[in-house]
Amino acid sequence: MRGLTGKVIAESFNQVGFTILVIIVVAAIVELFVYVLFSKILKNKYTLPVMLMAPAAVGLLLLIIYPIAFEVRLAFSNMSLRHFKNPTFGIAQGWNNFKLIFTEPVLKQVMFFPLLLRTILWTAIQVSFHVSLGLGLAMLLNRPMKLRGLYRTILVIPWALPQVIAVLTWRGEFHYQYGFINIMLRDIGLNPIQWKTSPFWNFVAMNITNIWLGVPFMMVILLGGLQSISREYYEVADIDGASGWAKFSRITLPLLKPVMTPAVILGTIWTFNNFNVPFFINENELETSDILVTALFRAAFQYNRYGFAAAFALVIFLILLVFAIVYMRATGGIKGVYEK
Amino acid sequence: MNNAIRRFFFRSRGDSPFKRLIIHLVLILACIIAIYPALRIISVSLRPGDRLLSTSLAIIPKDATLDNYREVIFEKNFFLWLWNSLIITITTSVIGVILAMSSAYAFSRWNFPGRGPGLVFLLATQMIPAAMLMIPIYILAARLHLINTYKGLVFAYSVSSIPFSIWILKGYYDTIPGELEEAAMIDGVSKLSAFYRIILPLSTPALAIVFLFNFMTAWNDFLLARIMLQRESMYTWTLGLQSLQGQFQTEWGAYSAASILIAIPVMTLFLFSSRWLISGLTLGSVKG
Repeated sequence: MRGLTGKVIAESFNQVGFTILVIIVVAAIVELFVYVLFSKILKNKYTLPVMLMAPAAVGLLLLIIYPIAFEVRLAFSNMSLRHFKNPTFGIAQGWNNFKLIFTEPVLKQVMFFPLLLRTILWTAIQVSFHVSLGLGLAMLLNRPMKLRGLYRTILVIPWALPQVIAVLTWRGEFHYQYGFINIMLRDIGLNPIQWKTSPFWNFVAMNITNIWLGVPFMMVILLGGLQSISREYYEVADIDGASGWAKFSRITLPLLKPVMTPAVILGTIWTFNNFNVPFFINENELETSDILVTALFRAAFQYNRYGFAAAFALVIFLILLVFAIVYMRATGGIKGVYEK
Repeated sequence: MNNAIRRFFFRSRGDSPFKRLIIHLVLILACIIAIYPALRIISVSLRPGDRLLSTSLAIIPKDATLDNYREVIFEKNFFLWLWNSLIITITTSVIGVILAMSSAYAFSRWNFPGRGPGLVFLLATQMIPAAMLMIPIYILAARLHLINTYKGLVFAYSVSSIPFSIWILKGYYDTIPGELEEAAMIDGVSKLSAFYRIILPLSTPALAIVFLFNFMTAWNDFLLARIMLQRESMYTWTLGLQSLQGQFQTEWGAYSAASILIAIPVMTLFLFSSRWLISGLTLGSVKG
């Protein structure tokens, strides 16, 4: 029970109470302002919905819009640990930051484009493994059989385990001498692997960890999709003498698409932006195992090059934006997203 | 093969016995892969202090002991971490739900100008990597003296969960017919109190899903906590666990015992609510 004293508890209630009070007061001021502006001055018929949205909108403005604007400003500065209080801003400084991203190592050695390629490779490997293994397991589970509930529960465990625990545990299991993979390799007479110091094997290690972590989510989502496909389609196909492959490619895949597409998009974004796995598995801080977001974190919080890192963050954001636009074009616009 | 086993595995409709056997074998193998690393944590947590590092693969060690649990509970700041996590997480989940539930109602019931772009904007915020917002948030928090306080974290977590919550709740409100409120309004109830008295009680399942999502996200977060909390007395459990697994000296026993103590309630909650969570995910992403 060390550390948790009455004083600590009182202090935390104090802080939380203060936070809630501030939020209530700010919300009240915002509501009053919106009410006067829309109802009394503009006589707008949408006063009520605007008032309903106002607190959340102000929150998002403060936490997302303003920080992004601030980041753009930072990208045009030389802010670092040395210039934390008195950074200089300017076009030349910004130009310099953006030029440095593409011409100099982002960290100590690794350049921007190899980093980008590695991130794309990582995302592609992960999403294809998650979808194929997840779909495979879901199809095996999608039939009446004994122990089905038990299998499903056990297979979901990697997703249920808090991610930080899962990743820190895997990091321990990649220990050269005491990790279970190397123990097993030794038991069957093979050479143990240098998971932590070899760049190639470290990359493999982070892929193993994240495949283990990510398959259950896909499996569960796809199982839900499979269960919504009526048995009758398959029965009709059986009467027509369709092969297993034909049933899979003509019935299962097309009917699974509405469930699979959003899951794959979510999976792609999550993997591209995954921080915990590459950050923790890479215990020796090999730059060859960094992906864009972990490199960004190191540039900002280990090398303290805030101005440069802000420019770097904007470049990553632009890449994601281009991906999103290309994707939306390819799938026929975004209208379907918000039309009822 | 005796008949009982035959009946157990192969009470089939259609698939051949051999195919059934293969399916079960594949699933059992997958289950072993899924559960083995988790069992290893239990195994290490039960080892006595002088044998923490061992090349044994047995799940329950021969000389099992609860020493590591005693150490975590009495000699580490375990309960302080849990307390910090718990108070931050519960506060943010409640605030997040309250902020999202009324906004989602506006998006569901009114076709105001900017509604479509607003929803797309909410979706787009989900694509922004957390690491990208860290830099400005850290610098702004440092200037506002919010580092090493709950305030900054509570605010950041509650707001960051809003977009996803709005999507899920809007999807749910859409399934409730508007005639319900219209009928109430004919009886002289205002639109706002129709929302509080009719729609919100009907939406309890969706509100619970959103609360659970917010809870899980904040509870499991590492990155933001790592940046905002630097003093050890403020650590949440994720930071505490990481501090046990230091880069040069890992306290394996304490780490494993602490992991088990944290993982068991979280996993129980997750497994019981997983059906709900999944229906929420599909509601938010598939349905508009």
